[in-house]
Amino acid sequence: MTNNDHTDETPENLPAQSGEVHAVGVRQGMFGIHGTGDTSGYGGLTQPIVYPGEAQRPYGGWFDEVADALEQAATAAGVEVATPRVVVHRGEITFHVRREDLPVVAQVLRDEPRLRFELCSGVNGVHYPADTGAELHAVYHLLSMTHNRRIRLEVSAPDADPHIPSIVSTYPTNDWHEREVFDMFGIVFDGHPALTRILMPDDWPGHPQRKDYPLGGIPVEYKGGTVPPPDQRRSYN
Amino acid sequence: MTADQDLYAGSNETTDGRVFTVTGQDWDSIVEGLAEDVDERVVVNMGPQHPSTHGVLRLILELEGETVTEARCGIGYLHTGIEKNMEYRSWVQGVTFCTRMDYLSPFYNEMTYVLGVERLLDIEDQIPEKAEVMRVLLMELNRISSHLVCIATGGMEIGALTVMTIGFRERELVLDLFELITGLRMNHAFIRPGGVAQDLPPGALDEIRSFIALMKKRLPEYADLCNANPIFKARLEGVGHLDLEGCLALGLTGPVLRSTGYPWDLRKTQPYSGYETYDFDVQTWDTADSYGRFRVRLAEMWESLKIIEQAADRLAKMDGAPVMVADKKIAWPSQLAIGSDGMGNSLDHIRHIMGESMEALIHHFKLVTEGFRVPAGQAYVPIESPRGELGAHVVSDGGTRPFRAHFRDPSFTNLQATSVMSEGGMVADVIVAIASIDPVMGGVDR
Repeated sequence: MTNNDHTDETPENLPAQSGEVHAVGVRQGMFGIHGTGDTSGYGGLTQPIVYPGEAQRPYGGWFDEVADALEQAATAAGVEVATPRVVVHRGEITFHVRREDLPVVAQVLRDEPRLRFELCSGVNGVHYPADTGAELHAVYHLLSMTHNRRIRLEVSAPDADPHIPSIVSTYPTNDWHEREVFDMFGIVFDGHPALTRILMPDDWPGHPQRKDYPLGGIPVEYKGGTVPPPDQRRSYN
Repeated sequence: MTADQDLYAGSNETTDGRVFTVTGQDWDSIVEGLAEDVDERVVVNMGPQHPSTHGVLRLILELEGETVTEARCGIGYLHTGIEKNMEYRSWVQGVTFCTRMDYLSPFYNEMTYVLGVERLLDIEDQIPEKAEVMRVLLMELNRISSHLVCIATGGMEIGALTVMTIGFRERELVLDLFELITGLRMNHAFIRPGGVAQDLPPGALDEIRSFIALMKKRLPEYADLCNANPIFKARLEGVGHLDLEGCLALGLTGPVLRSTGYPWDLRKTQPYSGYETYDFDVQTWDTADSYGRFRVRLAEMWESLKIIEQAADRLAKMDGAPVMVADKKIAWPSQLAIGSDGMGNSLDHIRHIMGESMEALIHHFKLVTEGFRVPAGQAYVPIESPRGELGAHVVSDGGTRPFRAHFRDPSFTNLQATSVMSEGGMVADVIVAIASIDPVMGGVDR
């Protein structure tokens, strides 16, 4: 029985506004089995994979301060829309930046007195094969020691054109981090002083952290039974 | 290649057979090109199996006499694909993998990953207090053991073998405590999403207290041996200099950053796990060199002892309190006990799931085989490891396994300073500079 007098209209209980939902791919079935082997009855189950949607103003706390300062400073530096998409999730703010704007935005974030993100904690790649047109994401975590704040920048590039500008000239610490992302995902950081593999051997084929790259492994026999390699075991999706 | 072929020499057919010409050719041009350069210019590969490079680090040094003109690092020899492997295991199993990365500070690897998972699960406020205190206790014990290895191996590399032997002697005591509490000396996988794997065993607090008392006698030995030792100081002072600007540009954190005098410590500035409730100081030095980093580490071990003392006092009052989150959809279902065949599930738990409760059996089965789901999103919760900012970027797609887990390991980032710290110095100082960064290759290569 519902009590209509106490309708909770806090933002998390309201339905998402149109365009706010960021669905990436679809989850199918339940037990990782497809085809005739599936007798579970869950094979037809489909669920969208939904990432946290775009945040609406006010973001709360110092998030608005940073967003305003970034928008103003970036506009002054010649970027039209500094952050086309802002996500606030679990108390962390993510600014999605268009890849062509990244060098200017990074420079502004470091130098603008109201922002002052002096330390970049490196860049990490994430491969979303189902995010068509933006399969490869580069995620930067920035720290402002002056204001004691942390933000995240996210830049994406399509698989067909895996190029993202390098920000080594702004944050020299990203030298090795960008090499690692190139090594693992094949994202080419344009303008990097020496973009070579760093963890894998120089002549290694492929980029191991991409989702289309298999984990590998061999079956293990134990007491007459055979355990398949991890990427071929039954998994719950 | 057979006897009648040579790829590198020209040859003529004569009546006496084939004759090779091995003089002249492009060797002359190479020698000419080098002649005007430097006679003593030598490129040396140090490592990857060199005992002074802290594991399999390869240094490519360009030398002019004994002066280093260019230093480069070659890494990747210990890359084991831990991050990739974690994508094929459940969220709880991920702890077992990431604990093996930086093998000198396993609890920190577990901690930053678990904090990320807990943030995504939105259970940060529900972690029992005893679990938080035990995490702090284990992390600070771990900081002592890690700094001890840093000081010990750093001493060994400059010939101070006594520092090495006493360093490992004390580290052994910490590892004994780890073994008592977690069952393992390394690779514990003890900190789990939602809490810790197990309660403190009986007698652990007494052992910890006697360890603290012993360390208070033993730690001054390091100061007596090194602090004012003229040879030790001559080797370390002014070596591996890197100022604050250099640290920030290259992303260095931890003792290297604090040796420039900047008191940045995430335990103070962005506290986690209740660090704001402990009484301790951030240790700094003002010389920005290897000696300063040694002194920072030495002083930090004293601070860690202070925190351990406070944590032990708190634990003494928390006998029997829960160490795992109350949510049965997340908490690992079984309790471990020492059986006749070593560590295993407790008999009480087995009796419960096999004989008393169908639901408990279902929960146990589902959590162990399938694991819990983590809401889609991403989190980054860095912590202050003995080497600096260690953070796990954890991405979930709403499934039972990490979609991506990436570790920002401080060793990886800090090692980038090798060139800046050692170019222009002597070969012998390269060793000291790297030892002062304290890189652990397991963490660098992951």
